[in-house]
Amino acid sequence: MKMNRRETLKSLLLAPLAAGAATAGCASGARVNWTELPREYSYGRTEAEQRRDRELFAESYFSEHELVTIAVLCDIILPSDHPNGGALDAGLPDFVEFIVKDRETLKLPVRGGIAWLDAYAVAEFGADFVNIEEPRRLAICDRIAWPDVEDPVLQPGIRFFSLMRDLTLTGYYTTRQGLRDLGYQGNVANVWDGVPTEVLARHGLRYEPEWLAKCVDQSRRDIVATWDDDMNLTS
Amino acid sequence: MSSNEQYDAIVVGSGAGGGMATWRLAQAGLRVALVEAGPWYDPADDSQRTQFRYPWESPRRGASTRLRPFGDFNACIGGWELDGEPFTTAEGTDFMWWRARMLGGRTNHWGRISLRFGPLDFKRRDIDGLGDNWPIGYEDVKPYYDKVDKLVGVFGTNEGLPNDPDGFFLPPPKPRLHELYYIRGARSAGVPVYPARKSILTKRINDERGVCVYCRQCDRACSLHADFSSSTVLIYPAVASGRVDVYTNTMVRKVDTSPDGSATGVSCIDRGNRRELRINGRSVVLAASACSTARILLNSISARHGSGLGNSSGHVGRYLHDSTGASRAAFLPELMDRDIYNEDGVGGMHVYTPWWLEGANLDFARGYHLEIGGGMSMPSYGFGFAANQYKAFLGERVGGYGNGLRDDIRRFYGSRLSIACRGESVPQYGNYCELDPNVVDEWGIPVLRFDYRWTEQEINQARHMQDTMEELLEASGGVLLGDKPGPERQYGLTQPGEIIHEVGTTRMGDDPATSVTNRYGQLHDAGNVFVADAGTFVSQADKNPTWTILALAWRTSDYIVEQMRQRNL
Repeated sequence: MKMNRRETLKSLLLAPLAAGAATAGCASGARVNWTELPREYSYGRTEAEQRRDRELFAESYFSEHELVTIAVLCDIILPSDHPNGGALDAGLPDFVEFIVKDRETLKLPVRGGIAWLDAYAVAEFGADFVNIEEPRRLAICDRIAWPDVEDPVLQPGIRFFSLMRDLTLTGYYTTRQGLRDLGYQGNVANVWDGVPTEVLARHGLRYEPEWLAKCVDQSRRDIVATWDDDMNLTS
Repeated sequence: MSSNEQYDAIVVGSGAGGGMATWRLAQAGLRVALVEAGPWYDPADDSQRTQFRYPWESPRRGASTRLRPFGDFNACIGGWELDGEPFTTAEGTDFMWWRARMLGGRTNHWGRISLRFGPLDFKRRDIDGLGDNWPIGYEDVKPYYDKVDKLVGVFGTNEGLPNDPDGFFLPPPKPRLHELYYIRGARSAGVPVYPARKSILTKRINDERGVCVYCRQCDRACSLHADFSSSTVLIYPAVASGRVDVYTNTMVRKVDTSPDGSATGVSCIDRGNRRELRINGRSVVLAASACSTARILLNSISARHGSGLGNSSGHVGRYLHDSTGASRAAFLPELMDRDIYNEDGVGGMHVYTPWWLEGANLDFARGYHLEIGGGMSMPSYGFGFAANQYKAFLGERVGGYGNGLRDDIRRFYGSRLSIACRGESVPQYGNYCELDPNVVDEWGIPVLRFDYRWTEQEINQARHMQDTMEELLEASGGVLLGDKPGPERQYGLTQPGEIIHEVGTTRMGDDPATSVTNRYGQLHDAGNVFVADAGTFVSQADKNPTWTILALAWRTSDYIVEQMRQRNL
């Protein structure tokens, strides 16, 4: 059923969503490029953790309508027209669905946020958020994407959009595409030997010779440590 | 079921103290039973390894869960709440209690900050008239600190500081960029900074363990065994000696005693099959953590030990105290749009500030040290939240959507500097844990109830911490983030237990009326029962406790060996 849901979602995003409504232009065919998320994770889990994750994967919380709305919002927040891909390329909204199920405190804000968004879209443009034309969707986003807007009527939408922005960005920047987009260089075995010289120069900083003299000589890191009786390293 | 063997020593708990006792006693030729409530664990075993995992290898991208409160990749199995193992609190107490359930205990996730206590730390009453002196002094522990340095490995520098003693150090790593900003800022404010002291191998110490490869993931436990965990450094070699039997998933219910009051072994439950198990031994070394050891003692009631084993003084559980803590962060505009390179470094800080105001006229008695954080960490759940909030400081609009957010993310990546303070509290007789007569855990063992409140000492100290952090972050070029907590929030003071440095529940002393063990961790009330965890601490310094736990556990083990040699045990 889970595999099918993804297919269903894809077709819903590609097709007109409801009779008489506009097409889901923002998620038009060219922009939908799903990246499969892993279905199994093995990284030192206890039995209790494995059980919990299995339960979460099996749990259905969002309706298809809600999932499509999440997908459309993720796509607006971080679109795919970029060399490093966008939210949909990075497997959102699957991540959003999982994390919302995992963190109980997110459930109501996301469900209620979608309902608010739909009610607002119906009142303004006569249809659910995903069933109005793209320019109208963006018009709504323009009203709720900026937390400094003080209109009390918009506050629930502003809060919801901020939450979706947080979840989209955290979901994207914790994928391979996201790390590439960021330029992250770490999480590999290496030998730290200080801030690169050109970086120090750019910041107008330098290592004090006295401090540096105390630091590890990385060319001798593999030589077994020995000390004299006065606590001086001798190797 | 009963163990066929009469062990020379039964060690309860496999953390820093239990690991050290096991290693030392086995090395001396004793037959040892090591009892651990959780499973066997080795981070080098790929099925248990979380090191070098990328965020997408976790479906929640490393977010914390109730089962893994420090994040999905953190090595520690345990947490603030354990299923089936509750504890209770007295009204007005917000005690937090972290319990590990795994080989190596909490040494699997600690910060590896390894600070010797100084001479003053053993004699605080002489200085401020509060609490009590230890019955021993720095000179008693120094030889063991020396040995621990060489056996375990710790980087740092000899600075000749009066109360932060020198050691046999490995050389420290060079500071990162944000740490250079901190050094400059702190110096300008007249606050000293030194290389951190951490039990991470920046240099080889033997052929068994690896050397640090700078992944910043000590909290995930090191598959190269290049940092200190009790399991990797002490327990595996002890087991390799052939003189140690490890009983994993085995929960100790109580210490059994004979009519003459001495211990004969421990009663346990096998958590796998819920069967009772008795392990017989000539001596028992409790190292289950300060509070768990107190719980075992209080549950070891017999005709001879009516109020619990070792509790004739009524002091078991008393003087429970934890380190204080507070933290603050800033945005460093000079670190915007920075060059991106690999600056993972070791787990946590490369530089720190030890207590620098000894003897100053302050409205609190005890000191604290500063731990420095920041840099270009690997993203995990939470990265990108409030992605462009710092634009507010630049007079730009916060929020929005679209590809511009990518630029914001890159622009502010690694531009945060944070400080965490860790301080000494004043031990109080009135802060304690005791048995809750009305509640048992799923093994039928009565649980602990905590009664603990901070005093003006700690609250005033926290106010000072906040002022200091504000001053140093600004001196480093930072724009302060968040609000400065005031008196209504006890100046951001952490909850008792939250820093996971709880000590003092079985404190040592020369007077059996006011202490639980003698200066060697031997119970006044039962000569063949010892405490080798932080329960024996009379006071917790403005340092982290692990190095002192290791040194004292070694010292206690030497004493046990000597007593056995003299046939006193």
